Amino acid sequence: MSEALILLGIVIAGASGFPGLLFGKWSITGQRITTLLAVLGAALGLGGIAVFWTTGDSQPIALPWSIPGAEFRVAVDGLGAIFLTPIFLISLLGNVYGLDYWKQTRHPQNGRKLRLFYGVLTAAMALVVMARNGILFLVGWEIMALAAFFLVTTEDDEEEVRTAGWIYLVATHLATLCLFALFALMRAVSGSFTLVPLQRELAPGTATAVFILALAGFGLKAGIMPLHVWLPSAHAIAPSHVSAIMSGVIIKMGIYGLVRITSLLPDPPAAWGGVVLGLGAVSGVLGVAFAIGQHDLKRLLAYHSIENIGIIVMGLGLALLGRSLGRADWIILGLGGALLHVWNHAVFKALLFLSAGSVIHAVHTRAIDHLGGLAKAMPWTSLSFLIGAVAICGLPPLNGFVSEFLIYLGLFGTLGDGPGGSVAGAALAAPALALIGGLALACFVKAYGAVFLGTARSESAQNAREVPPSMLASMSVLAACCFLIGLAPLLVVPLLGRGISDWAPNLGDAGPRLAVLAPLAWVTTMGLALIGALLLGGALLWLMLPKVLLVQRPTWGCAYAAPTPRMQYTSSSFAQQLVGLFAWALRPRTQQPRTLPLFPQKASFHSVAPDTVLDDAVLPLFRISAWVISKFRVFQRGSIQMYLLYMFVALIALLLWRR
Amino acid sequence: MDTFLHNAIHIALALTLPPLLLGVIAKTKALFAGRVGPPLLQAYYDLIKLVQKGSVFSPTTTWVFRAGPVVGLVTAAMAVLLIPLTNSSAPISFTGDLILLAYLLGLGRFFTASAALDTGSAFEGMGAAREVTFACLAEPAFFLGLLVLAKLSGSLQLAGMLGGALAPHWLTEGASLALVLLSWFVVLLVENARIPFDDPNTHLELTMIHEVMVLDHSGPALGMILYGAALKLFVFGALIVRLAFPLTTGAPWLDWPLFVAEMLAVAALIGVVESTMARLRLTHVPVLLVAACLLSAFGIILLVR
Repeated sequence: MSEALILLGIVIAGASGFPGLLFGKWSITGQRITTLLAVLGAALGLGGIAVFWTTGDSQPIALPWSIPGAEFRVAVDGLGAIFLTPIFLISLLGNVYGLDYWKQTRHPQNGRKLRLFYGVLTAAMALVVMARNGILFLVGWEIMALAAFFLVTTEDDEEEVRTAGWIYLVATHLATLCLFALFALMRAVSGSFTLVPLQRELAPGTATAVFILALAGFGLKAGIMPLHVWLPSAHAIAPSHVSAIMSGVIIKMGIYGLVRITSLLPDPPAAWGGVVLGLGAVSGVLGVAFAIGQHDLKRLLAYHSIENIGIIVMGLGLALLGRSLGRADWIILGLGGALLHVWNHAVFKALLFLSAGSVIHAVHTRAIDHLGGLAKAMPWTSLSFLIGAVAICGLPPLNGFVSEFLIYLGLFGTLGDGPGGSVAGAALAAPALALIGGLALACFVKAYGAVFLGTARSESAQNAREVPPSMLASMSVLAACCFLIGLAPLLVVPLLGRGISDWAPNLGDAGPRLAVLAPLAWVTTMGLALIGALLLGGALLWLMLPKVLLVQRPTWGCAYAAPTPRMQYTSSSFAQQLVGLFAWALRPRTQQPRTLPLFPQKASFHSVAPDTVLDDAVLPLFRISAWVISKFRVFQRGSIQMYLLYMFVALIALLLWRR
Repeated sequence: MDTFLHNAIHIALALTLPPLLLGVIAKTKALFAGRVGPPLLQAYYDLIKLVQKGSVFSPTTTWVFRAGPVVGLVTAAMAVLLIPLTNSSAPISFTGDLILLAYLLGLGRFFTASAALDTGSAFEGMGAAREVTFACLAEPAFFLGLLVLAKLSGSLQLAGMLGGALAPHWLTEGASLALVLLSWFVVLLVENARIPFDDPNTHLELTMIHEVMVLDHSGPALGMILYGAALKLFVFGALIVRLAFPLTTGAPWLDWPLFVAEMLAVAALIGVVESTMARLRLTHVPVLLVAACLLSAFGIILLVR
């Protein structure tokens, strides 16, 4: 039942863009029909997940397929359901948001294309999560990757967009290449492409190869530092509801792959957990450090995705360590925190990207230092961004706090003296998480303050208007989710428990144990108490403010009488000290005026924090490999008969070799 | 009934004592400078006066500007309820309360800094930037110290990590604890905007951190900020006290006065530090904070060696 419903949802969502193609460039009807179908498909998908959770009913569907080794085998389980939920939820809200954000009448050139691939992307991602056959998984994966490419390059008439799309395409195909090798290797061990737990113990060499391939292939998609190079520009230049689904959902497919593959493998050596935990900490700290250096609102948010993927990967690393050393509590807290953070990040990052989209919709710029003072003109967008910002910093009483709380508890637990002993190195990830939290707070105070507070720094920011209700509606649903998970985490514990049980079946039902390990009832109590106390405090201040003696005077500029908006502290100045502290990684490039002459002339100051890994490591590497590969050009004659000959020779060689 | 009385004393003390700490610090500094100094209760007088005053608001500001003081005060007040003051218990105590403590203070910082940016003043933006920058580095130092305490006590509850349970460890693992104590004292100084990180009495806005951040607040809102800052000082002071003087007599009528005396001693110590040191150059502040992180990290290495 649940599988059938979700499959129906996948078909409808996947086909939702096609009717729109029948309508003209300027037709709003086509857009409405497409959106309606996409919403219907996503709602069916969510319904199917709800059926699975309430009844626990799961009947895998298996249909034969003519490709050798392939089989159309799909199923839903606790782990899959956790990853399916954000796919359909964010897709639904993104489609509603797109009604006004990417109106067909305003984007006649690319609106239909965007909606077509938005639906295809939703369907492909859901297929990836449901697939129980390696080839089906890869088919879904590749459709997802290509659909995302066309979405990233929606505005392909711009140079910047084409470059970012190109980098993304190279990265995603590298990832697919690793996955080809991974599934081939796993088939060689298990004898079929069906994704079931491996019964045999792996040879150490094979196991390491599987681990490294999975980490590279899925890590590229997830954007784990230093495999993140495609991510910042792709997120920045895509339309905002595309960025929301990319950052909220697509990169989680990398996490899904890692979680699923590790669930199929026998208990890993402890070194894997350590490596994953370390990678997570590096991703987290450097991701947020790069974010602080950005001047582009969406690029800043993109780097925060790398940071949050880091936090998720830290949880996964802890769970892997738990499996190696036989510690159920590390598994439950680590994986529970990671899975909950997958949801949380999907919710608050989508909220932030949609809010950023509203800002762009109103002001037409992503440059933080051209914005400012929007809280007055756009109060609801401003509130949405604020809620997302508080949530992403992991502050109570919102959802980010809960998942980080679980991971903290797990990390502190590694100090104890139970079975497996103390892993002090792992515990050092807790201060790293604290550092991430502090840096994220600095970054979001900067972003929120520079964009929404103070006074407008440009004329277009001054004339901004609040966005239409359909966009606000999508944002408010996400904001409500932030509060719901933050205040009632016990609601999601049984769902997380099923996911954890699917990952580590010998734990039994992990839900009740998670509820015992983490005092989530206290989180609820303290969250409600905090909100109550804040309301009380607000009322107190309101009562104390004398209504008569309330005066309005301009901001005190230390006796300077005529302050201008340009005299405000900019986001770059705000970040300057932290950028300086991380200069060893960021390598910021500044261009500053020299104050040589007696009478100073007009001068300007520029600073950029480019992506160090991309500029200083990946691009030089690719230049070298391009030179090496160019030596093979002799084989590329461009004539069809030559290519047919190559294939023929290759087939004969393979047949002879198989003999 | 006993717990009820205990909690009542805890709350009453935590809400009334903090401004006195400010008075003790000021008095100590005056003593060093050979002045009479303001009365010990000056902070209380200031609070009463501020509550009765009118307010000035800049037309640039929004509701965020008014939310800043409220959130700052409320989060500090809730944090006070999490700290065990005497024989290892606090009104609110659960596994992982230490994480909530750190993040509550984070929430307060988020809104105080945002309120500063709401004014659109370059000075306040500067103060906010410094505040969040230095807090980034203080946070890991605090958590590294928590790791040491968690390792020693095997507990993830502040009540089990501080105070009585800690006393025997001072004999066996005193070096680790001393390192944490030193590191946390640095954290106290930076979190509460004290010399050598920040000088609350300097006359130049350019060199301030906390004071310049709240430059535009006035009247009751400024009172809330002042009171919230005092509560925050109380939180960190109590952490230091429970870490440095873990022994209690077991008799409540003796323990509470003893705790108050210890708190006043910490305040006097802050006063001594403020009187004998100069403010650091801003560029040198991160260096000291990283040193504090490393001190706590050495504490862990000593434990798990």
